[in-house]
This record gives sequence, C-alpha cells and structure tokens, in this order.
Amino acid sequence: VSDAAAPEPGESPGERKGGDHAPSPLARFAIWQRAGGIVVPLLTAVLAFLIGGLVVLGTGSNPFTTYKAIFNGTGLNWLFPWVTGQGRTLAALNLQQTLLITTTLILTGLAVAFAFRCGMFNIGGQGQYFAGAYFAVWVGSSLAGLPSVLHIFLAVTIATLAGAAFAGIAGFLKATVGAHEVITTIMLNWIAFWVGSYLFGLGGPLQNSHQSFVPISNDVLDKAKLPVFWGDPLLQGLDVGFFIAIGALVVYWVVLNRTTLGYQVRAVGFNPEAARYGGINVPRNYVYAMAISGAFAGLAGAVDVLGWQFRISQNDIPVSTVGFIGIAVALLGRNTAVGTFFAALLFGALLTGTSTRHLNAEVFRPDLAGNLTQIIQGLIVLFVGADLLILAVWNARKKVRLGRSTA
Amino acid sequence: MSTLEAIGARLEAPGWTRRVGQIGIGIGIVACWLGLPPWHVRQPAYAAVLGIVAIALGIATITGGEKRVGWGSVASGIFGIVGGWAATRSSVGNLETVFAWSALIAATLRWATPLVFASIGGMFSERSGVVNIGLEGMMLMGAFWGIWGSITTGHWWAGVLIAMLAGGITALVHAIWAIHLRADQIVGGTAINFLALGVTGYAFVDIYGSNGTPSLTGPESIPTWDNLTHWLQHIPVIGDFLANALGGMSVMTLIMLVLLVVSSVVMFRTPVGLRIRAVGEHPRAADTVGISVYAVRYAAVTLSGVLAAMGGAYLSVGFVHSFNQNMTAGRGFIALAALIFGKWRPGGAFAAALLFGFSSALADRLPAYSQSAAVLFQALPYVLTLIAVAGVIGRSIPPAAVGRPYVKQ
Repeated sequence: VSDAAAPEPGESPGERKGGDHAPSPLARFAIWQRAGGIVVPLLTAVLAFLIGGLVVLGTGSNPFTTYKAIFNGTGLNWLFPWVTGQGRTLAALNLQQTLLITTTLILTGLAVAFAFRCGMFNIGGQGQYFAGAYFAVWVGSSLAGLPSVLHIFLAVTIATLAGAAFAGIAGFLKATVGAHEVITTIMLNWIAFWVGSYLFGLGGPLQNSHQSFVPISNDVLDKAKLPVFWGDPLLQGLDVGFFIAIGALVVYWVVLNRTTLGYQVRAVGFNPEAARYGGINVPRNYVYAMAISGAFAGLAGAVDVLGWQFRISQNDIPVSTVGFIGIAVALLGRNTAVGTFFAALLFGALLTGTSTRHLNAEVFRPDLAGNLTQIIQGLIVLFVGADLLILAVWNARKKVRLGRSTA
Repeated sequence: MSTLEAIGARLEAPGWTRRVGQIGIGIGIVACWLGLPPWHVRQPAYAAVLGIVAIALGIATITGGEKRVGWGSVASGIFGIVGGWAATRSSVGNLETVFAWSALIAATLRWATPLVFASIGGMFSERSGVVNIGLEGMMLMGAFWGIWGSITTGHWWAGVLIAMLAGGITALVHAIWAIHLRADQIVGGTAINFLALGVTGYAFVDIYGSNGTPSLTGPESIPTWDNLTHWLQHIPVIGDFLANALGGMSVMTLIMLVLLVVSSVVMFRTPVGLRIRAVGEHPRAADTVGISVYAVRYAAVTLSGVLAAMGGAYLSVGFVHSFNQNMTAGRGFIALAALIFGKWRPGGAFAAALLFGFSSALADRLPAYSQSAAVLFQALPYVLTLIAVAGVIGRSIPPAAVGRPYVKQ
C-alpha cells in the first residue's frame, strides 16, 4: 500500500451506507473531522461549563465567582500583562502545575486517540499509565551505577514498553478471539490497580526499603529525575517532560499521516472489511494500534514519576484519574494532535484550578469542585456524542436535497 | 417409542465428544476439591491421577473435533493437579478457615446478587439492540440514591424504589442518545459512567460531607427473611448446612432469584420477549410487522437502568450499609462480562455471576494465607472476567443488530 498515491481512506463514508442502518460512528466521525473548525468543540465545552454552573447554582454557590476562583487557581492569568508583582509569581507557580498536568493529559489523550483512529475505544489508559509508572519508579529508584542520561532513557523506554505490552494484551485478545476492548481494558485497569496496591503496600516487593511501615515506593534517584526548565525544582517546577509530550504530539501526527502503518490503522478504523479486502492485515493492526496507544499512556506514567512525583504511594493509586480524563481529552480534541493539546490544556487547567491547593476554599469547597470536574467531563463526553449527530443530520439533509435534484 | 428414539438420536449425535470433554472438566474440578474440606485427602497422588485422566479426556475430545471443550478439560486437569497439590501443602487449619463452604456460599450469593440484577438489565437492553456500557453508572446511581432514599424516608423499600427511579432516569438519557440522537452507544455509555461518578460524588460530598453516610438503623437496611432459616433447618441431614449457607439470604437476593425466573420466561416464552428479540436481531423486519422499534428499545433500556440500580441499591443499602465514591468498582462491567459469558441468557448470566461472586468471596478469605499478598487476591474477579471474556470456554454471539442505531424509513 503506497500512501502517497492512495486516496484518503473512507472518502465520503457518510454517504456510502444508507438504508437499514445509520452510518458507523467512525464514518460520522470522519464527517465531523472534515467539517473542521473549532466551533463545535468550543460549543461542547461551553455547554458543559454552563450546565456545571447550574449545578453550582443549584447547590447554593455563585457560579461566576466559583469559575473565577477556579480560573485564578489555574495560573492562566500569568498570560495577562496586567498581573504583576506577587500575583505574577503566584500565577507562574500555578501555571507550572497546570502545564505539568497538561503534559500527562496530552499523553493519556493520545493513548485514547490513537486507538480510536483504528476503530477501538481504549478505556484502559489508566491501567497503562499505572504500568508505565510502576516500571518507571522501579527502574528510576534502582541501578545506582548508571550515568544520568542513560538512566533516564532506560527508565522512560522500559515504562513506555510496559504500557505498550499491557495494552497489547487487550489488542491481542481483540485480534485473536474478538474480545471487546472496552471490557478487557477496564478489567486490565483494575488488575493494574490491585497489582500496584500490592507492590507498594506494606510488605510488598517494591515497598520502601527504609521505612517498613509506610506504604510507599522508594524515591527516584536524583540523577534519574527529569531536569526542570521553568521554576524551582523543589516546588514542582515544569520539567522537560512537557517537551516530551509535545514531541509525542508530533510523532502521533507523523505516524498517522505520513507512514504506511498510520495509513493502515486509519483504513481499519474507517472500515475493517474494506481494509481486509484491500489486503491489510486487520488483526495485526489492532495489536499495533493498541500497543502504540499503551506506549503513550506508559510514557505518561514515566514522565509523571520521573518529572515531579518521584515516588508512588499506595494511597495515590485510587485517586488517580488521568487515564479516564484522557478519554474526554481525545474526544473533545477530535483525535487530532492540535485538538488534543488544547483539550489537555483545558482539563489540565480545570484539574489544577479545582484542586485543594489552588482553589480558594472560601469561595467553593474543593472536595465538591473535584466532582464538578467529573460532571463537566461527563457532560463533554455526552455532548461529543450529540455533536456527531448534528453533523450527521446536516449531512443527511444535504443528501436529500441532492437526491431530489437528480431525480 | 418416539421419545425413546429422540433420546437415542440425541445420545448418538456428535454431542458425545462434547460430553466426554465436559466430564473431563468435572473430573479436574473434583481433583482439586478432594484436597479441600470436608474430604481433606492429604495425598497429592489422587489429585495427580484424576488430573491426568481429565487431561487425557481433554486430548481425546480435541482429537474428536471439539477443541474448546477439550482445551477446557486439559486446563481443568492442570488446575486440578496444581490445586490438589497446593491443598496438600497448606495446613488443615488454614483450609478450614478459607473453605468454610456454608460461609463461602453465603458470601458468593451476596457478591453475585448485584451482578445478576445488572446482568439481567443488560440482557434486556442488549437483546433489544442497544449496547449498555453505562450499567456501571446506573448501578452507582442506584447505590447512592438508594441509600439517600432509605435514610431520608426511613424505609429500605422506599430507598430501593428511589434507586430504581434514579437508575431509570439515567438509562433514559442513554436511551435518548442511543435511539433518537443515534450517538455512538459506547461513547454514550462511557459518558453515563462519568456523569454518574460526578453526580453521585458531588451529591455525596454536598449532602453527607466528610463524615460519610450515617449508619443505617433497622428499618433502613434491607432485611433477611427469618422464616427461611426455620424451614431450612427442618430438612434432614443437610438442614444445618443449608440454613447456614442460604438462611441469611437478603430479601433482595430472593427478589433476584424470582427476577431470574420471570425474566427468563418473559424473554423466551412470551410475545413481549419475542418482540424485544426481534427488534434486536432484525429491526427492519420487526418494524415491517408493526412493532415499534423505538418504543421497544426505550422500554428495554429504561428497564435495564431500573434493574441495574436495584443491584446498586442492594450493594449500598443491603450489603455494605454505607456509600463511598465509585463504590461499584467496575461491577457493572463484570456484569456485562457475565452477560456475554452467559450468552445473553438469564441462566447463563446467573452461572457466570456466581463464578465471579465466588472469586470475590474467595478473595475476601485468602488473607488467611498472606496479609501482603491478600491485596493481590482482590484482582482475582477481574482476572477471571478477563479470561472469561477472552472466550476460553466458548464463543458467544451477540444479537445481530446490537450497537446499531435504527433509522425509520
């Protein structure tokens, strides 16, 4: 299959199927994607925030001051030139936090997006993230004799491969016995969850070797930590993991749009039957796409652990939701590289702004705000589904008009 | 005569190789069971011999053409040898603690009850052609609003009714998205799960704050049915065992058993069930003969939410007696796996739910062996679900039109 001369796979997929069933979700997704524009995702987000505001109002708080407090907690006011002095220093600190989480969400978002382009729904980003994080903390806290750069490279690579292998299980099961990836990846999430609770729990094999009564891992060695380029390394400044995530966005775009593998993955995503007819090995692409997805999530785990967490606590494992937010990031970002970046920034800001440390508790209770984030995330995923419909209807109307004129 | 002929034909049908394989699976399980209470065979040789027989039967079945059952028998034989050997290595005291059968059966039923409710709900939805990944969220809604309702009204049954209402409304959102908006049903279901997590978490923190739900008083938690224990005790020989295993059964578990029979009859023996299945297999044909595809699907999806919420309400009001955020912990997905494993039938789903429930019950008791590894055993139900979905035991075929929105012409 040559990718240069070949036509775009699934050209006008919306019109192809008529009759009994509506076009497949991915076909509709393709229409949506070519409809382009930033308007629809923006509307989705605005609507979700609007309903979130109504929830805040319904429980007796002022939505405007709440959202303003959340915004000020994100540090995005650093971009305003009129914020000066102490406010600016604080904003810089907050923005570093926001970008740290954005880094993670870019990668977990890509983990969902890549599988989506192959027609699979990877809900297992959380488990793959854990797999990467566990290996990163294990490699990062051992091998004291290794030079710094090599150590970082090794830890990142092994964590990425661990994520790929973990997701590969789901891809393999789909390719060989047709097990649905949604159920298998959810089960793998819980397996990763309990394995981690065992590894870092009291008496577990990776539990801290100095404090036997604290359920926490060993610390990552100083030389295995990612260098910080903005802010104070002791106050969780922004590390080079941010550039790794930006690099991953570029890799994502190049692999999908400029390689044979990406062409095949997209072809399978649009229509597996047609892809098979065209000589593409569909099961193999399922495994590859899932493994690459898992690699992004595993990389997210490595960047988090080596960049600013430096250790894994058993108590942190149930709290982490970055893998699930990746789903909303990918859907809102329309599975494109640029869209994923902005969606990740939105959710990164939302997570930082609603955290206990950043939200002014006098305005709105942070423990409520965390759940507000969850509601907004759910609404966004819900409305993304409705978005597909709006364009499908729009497209169908066009088709009817076309049919009338030719008749 | 004709009946006898029919039986004879049935025995001679290619089914016999299957039967051999199934016997092999049974022998493998017995091999492991011999080492456990109440038998306590302390010689690993017995388990080894039986395991080898099971493997041999499995190989015979594979050569006979029934590969899946054959491999199942081989796996069962290996499991029997390893399990039987492990049982002889462990102390009788530990075995008695972990494999107290009456307590294990009671715990299995407790764990299986919410799964069966959600599974049956999922069956109605999927048989009508709508994938319901949102079962998890509907269960969670049921769990929270159920306990809220029973604390607010002071009656457990009112709590369950409120839970059913909440689950039904949640499912209705999914139905609108799947049927009228023709959105991707998996994305829609995922959105339901996220939303339920956010809504229940938000309401939980807003209403109960950091103290959590208050402890339930007598009429607020789901009762057991005391007469059952009395009746069971009068059964000779095994009466005490049955009373211990089944006597403490929650009223919701009894409702679940009734639901199992009713849903099976409705789905496969009544015109209503025929309509649901027709809509799920071939909506165009159903539409042609005058069945309203949309109405059937709306009813089925809403019912699935009501049933899943009953399972959730049992979990919080009847089992754990409190609510905490994300307390369903993937059980909606396990229920979905039980449904697939059970080939979209109530009986099959029940059997699969019992298997998953047993693994949860076992995981709760295994800490007798090792405290640190005990955490790892909690992954057992999920591993088992993964293996089950991978279709080691047999492939199951979903309703033909599942996941595809229907467009009226």
